[in-house]
Amino acid sequence: MDWTLIISRAVEAGIGSEAIIYALAAIGLNVQFGYTGLLNFGQAGFLAIGAYAIAVTVATFGLPFFLGVGIGLLLAAVMALLLGIPTLRLRADYLAIVTIAAAEIVRLVVRSVALSDTFGGTDGLQAFSGSFYDMNPYPPGEYGIPPIIGFDNRSMWVLTVGWVLVAVASFILFMAMKSPWGRVLKAIREDEDAVRSLGKNVFSYKMQALVIGGVIGSLGGFIFALSRSAVQPDLFSTDLTFYAYTVLILGGAARILGPIVGSMLFWLLLIFIGTGMEEAVNSGAITFITVNQVGAIRLMLVGLGLVLLLIYRPQGIFGDKREISLDAR
Amino acid sequence: MHAESVPAGKTAALKAFEGMAAEPGVKKPDPILVVDNVVRRFGGLTAVNVNHVEIQRGSITALIGPNGAGKTTFFNQLTGFDTADEGQWTFNGQNMNGVSAYKVARQGMVRTFQLTKALSKLTVIENMRLGAQAQRGENFFRGLIPSLWRGQEDEITLQAEELLEQFKLDAKRDDFAGSLSGGQRKLLEMARALMGKPELVMLDEPMAGVNPALTQSLLGHVKNLRELGMTVLFVEHDMDMVRDISDWVIVMAQGEVIAEGPPDGVMSDQRVVDAYLGAHHDAPLSAEEEERQLHEAEAELDATLEKEVKE
Ligand SMILES: Nc1ncnc2c1ncn2[C@@H]1O[C@H](COP(=O)(O)OP(=O)(O)OP(=O)(O)O)[C@@H](O)[C@H]1O
Ligand SMILES: [Mg+2]
Repeated sequence: MDWTLIISRAVEAGIGSEAIIYALAAIGLNVQFGYTGLLNFGQAGFLAIGAYAIAVTVATFGLPFFLGVGIGLLLAAVMALLLGIPTLRLRADYLAIVTIAAAEIVRLVVRSVALSDTFGGTDGLQAFSGSFYDMNPYPPGEYGIPPIIGFDNRSMWVLTVGWVLVAVASFILFMAMKSPWGRVLKAIREDEDAVRSLGKNVFSYKMQALVIGGVIGSLGGFIFALSRSAVQPDLFSTDLTFYAYTVLILGGAARILGPIVGSMLFWLLLIFIGTGMEEAVNSGAITFITVNQVGAIRLMLVGLGLVLLLIYRPQGIFGDKREISLDAR
Repeated sequence: MHAESVPAGKTAALKAFEGMAAEPGVKKPDPILVVDNVVRRFGGLTAVNVNHVEIQRGSITALIGPNGAGKTTFFNQLTGFDTADEGQWTFNGQNMNGVSAYKVARQGMVRTFQLTKALSKLTVIENMRLGAQAQRGENFFRGLIPSLWRGQEDEITLQAEELLEQFKLDAKRDDFAGSLSGGQRKLLEMARALMGKPELVMLDEPMAGVNPALTQSLLGHVKNLRELGMTVLFVEHDMDMVRDISDWVIVMAQGEVIAEGPPDGVMSDQRVVDAYLGAHHDAPLSAEEEERQLHEAEAELDATLEKEVKE
């Protein structure tokens, strides 16, 4: 068994683009679910909007890259508003139903045959990240700490931008949650009527949380598209949303560092287990499964891990048990 | 009691009600709240059906009535937590029908809930701070820059600490509200409502579950609110308390206002006795109690006799 390979892949995944994408998706969910108690099950749709905004703007229409970024942020905000207006006055479960459906609608629209001239159908879009990589300050070469960590200059550029986005989003959230604004959100999570009786416009605050969380999710979509230099519709299925929730719960909801550490650990463990099992099968240490079965078993282990986590540490790694919103009310 | 020791607010309130007819819907000299024809039905049940009621500014008014009379539902209508099927009401002359709950609170009409709503995952002091109105830091962008709201936050904290002390909750300042007892939560909710400096405070059974000694001091606080110029409307089942602090009593039964008047007058009103108090509401509850009352009466009689004999 090649332990260097296993550890190297796991560590690279823990700080790589996947960790960034899911950290951003989970930071968005943290604003909505962790702090405000809103169940957005359509986070994948917000990432899709971010990713496709860049891809369509540049690859389909030949417009500038930064215009695509602007359109992505704007569309994410608009989608949040459209979802929030009819549902935020209703019970929490309605938002969950509407968002899960909306995210699927986004995915089905971008993969539709009728609109394949614009969105590229099931194949998606490529060739839109040129101007992003033209800005790359890293000269060609290998970067990292051999033999464990090694990234090429393109990856370095994506990772730098990605982690800066994570840091900026987390810092803004940190400041916001310390402020009286954050206090209102946390109060809404517990009892909307009490907050209303104190003269706060609950609907407006919930809408703000939905928009902010969605926009942060679309940042994850940007990194998703740029790190691959391609977008495909089926990358934005409901799995993505549920993995993001897993990440959030693993790290600890309603904690600033929760989504970041959760995402790093999630990808580190996932790749560690996956590569480890593959290596074990290849070297003959494990004989009762084949390499093709590793993927499925890995997911079963993730599921088992999540169940154990919810039973023994429902507040996640950083959470405060008295303050989680996962418990029975 | 000497005349000058009666506080100004109480004197004013009593004067306002002087000689007022004790009948449902009677006009008040300076009403802060005027309610007309408010109806709320749940299916076939008419929970609230109030023809006309006025609440005198600067007074303490009690709203009493049997369980299910519609008191809480009436509160919900007035404060925008539930929509009335019919009717309108004005607060400070402004129409409030259809105004959403948070706007009602901002206009100065703040209520508490019969089923306490302490925010248990916030600390006691954070609960209190939340109650303050017009906070600069409650805007997302301004919230990001602490220097814009720190000063105001400090003022709010001072005000909160003062109130906590009054309500004997200062020792719990940094505890999660979820760790408070039921009675302490009632106190916290009332104190939090006062953070918004309301004009009209509507309390739904504020003393339920609060121990007698603390009830006494809370009664003092409620009276003090009147001295500070606030108007208090409260629901309560404890008749001693109603008698002690209210200037005026409104009685509801089956959704309607069946009687109004000064505390003592209302409690001897036959309709109120029939609908709410019961014929024996002053009667002893147990044999021991009866014995005790008898002894008291005898002792009193003896004392007067002795006095008379001496003279
Ligand atoms: N949401 C609701 N749906 C159906 N019926 C309701 C609802 N809320 C209240 N009611 C009914 O309306 C009537 C008035 O209830 P309300 O809670 O206003 O009484 P109350 O005077 O506050 O009583 P209590 O002194 O016990 O608190 C009751 O008969 C109750 O069953
Ligand atoms: Mg009630």
